[in-house]
Amino acid sequence: MINKIVQNMAEAMAGIRDGSVVLIGGFGSIGQPNALIDGLIEQGAKDLTVVANNAGVGHVGLARLLETGRVRKIVCSFPRTADPVVFEKLWRAGRIELEVVPQGTMAERMRAAGAGIPAFYTPTAVGTALAEGKEEREIRGRKYILEDALAGDVALIEAWEADRWGNLTYKSSARNFNPVMATAAKTTIVQAQHIVELGALDPEKVATPGIFVSRVLHVPYGEPTVT
Amino acid sequence: MNTMVKDSVETLPACQPLTRRQIAERLARDIPEGWYVNLGIGAPLQVADYVPPEREVIFQSENGILGMGPAPAPHEINRWLINAGKQYVTLRTGGSYMHHADSFALIRGGHLDLCVLGAFQVAENGDIANWATTTDSAPAVGGAMDLAAGTPRLWVLMEHTTKTGESRLVRRCSYPLTAIGVVKRVYTNLAVLDVTPDGFAVREMVPGLTLAALQEVTDAPLRLTAT
Repeated sequence: MINKIVQNMAEAMAGIRDGSVVLIGGFGSIGQPNALIDGLIEQGAKDLTVVANNAGVGHVGLARLLETGRVRKIVCSFPRTADPVVFEKLWRAGRIELEVVPQGTMAERMRAAGAGIPAFYTPTAVGTALAEGKEEREIRGRKYILEDALAGDVALIEAWEADRWGNLTYKSSARNFNPVMATAAKTTIVQAQHIVELGALDPEKVATPGIFVSRVLHVPYGEPTVT
Repeated sequence: MNTMVKDSVETLPACQPLTRRQIAERLARDIPEGWYVNLGIGAPLQVADYVPPEREVIFQSENGILGMGPAPAPHEINRWLINAGKQYVTLRTGGSYMHHADSFALIRGGHLDLCVLGAFQVAENGDIANWATTTDSAPAVGGAMDLAAGTPRLWVLMEHTTKTGESRLVRRCSYPLTAIGVVKRVYTNLAVLDVTPDGFAVREMVPGLTLAALQEVTDAPLRLTAT
């Protein structure tokens, strides 16, 4: 019997190695798997590369992980928020490497990784500072740059409902990066508000089919309080 | 940076520059029913307030919303539903959610009819600079480069000059570029201008303003649009 549901955080975080590339879902705080991030801090893996749209708010979740000093590099589109104090401090002190990626290029690089595409051409960022060092090519009269796929060792995902096969649904705009990150990592770890019986999810509403999911932890935390 | 400081807007004779909200209102008049539109964070988001509900214009938000509605009443907040500016919003009847890779496929694939962005500078060749001005804080691009490169019709909403009176309509951008040759039209507090192969063409000006007076506060050469 397939059962991807794990009983505790230690089981969810088992085997995450130092030096891992960790994809973390969410847009701002919505859809960001804060319980799993706390679990990763507890687990202790270091020298991490984190891929996330933002760089954390206040001192919780992603910001708390950065504060531990275990993140060597962050790949994100928008490290500025109302309160990015932890990231800004580390960045100014030269204690964290930043790769700024256009948001759509970031999503597409992970989609490519999940779909077996090693690299792709895009017009986004042509002629800008973010194209520096990238191959440029003209195709049918328009200029493009070559962007590499972006794969993770681990993805941390927040879902709304999950079953034991790892089928997932999401809540409103908390879907955001979660489904595409789930496809792009070797090990995809999910925190879900609700665990349901196999067969209870409407197959028409499953947004992430279970094949992309490795482990599911039940985390019924309620409503997000910040954006 | 352009060091030539032109006369500030306040010294313009006998005309009333538009407020930010009035620029948004003016721009909204030019959006016809049926268009799919992305509004950049900041001032462009106010454009939605001036599209009457009976005119069906569908707003998209980068974090996976198609058919975004206005801000909710305080007792009706869905805490999983935010826009790209991380403010609570609503979903219109008929609206839908998608994940980030699909959201940006929609943007990058040229499916939107219009994107409205704010900017620091727009050049007479359609270049736009809207994501970075200094190296003081960490660079943050978000979805601006994807929207600018991917949307067939890009309009910019911005003040005509900086607070110190420097023109934002320039011959060549001095700030880091977001995309090259993409801006089609600019709405400022003083005028509406098309970007043409021959540079900026003034479509309309606030009452009382003359082309000569507008040119006084504009770095790039202006001409009246051919009628």
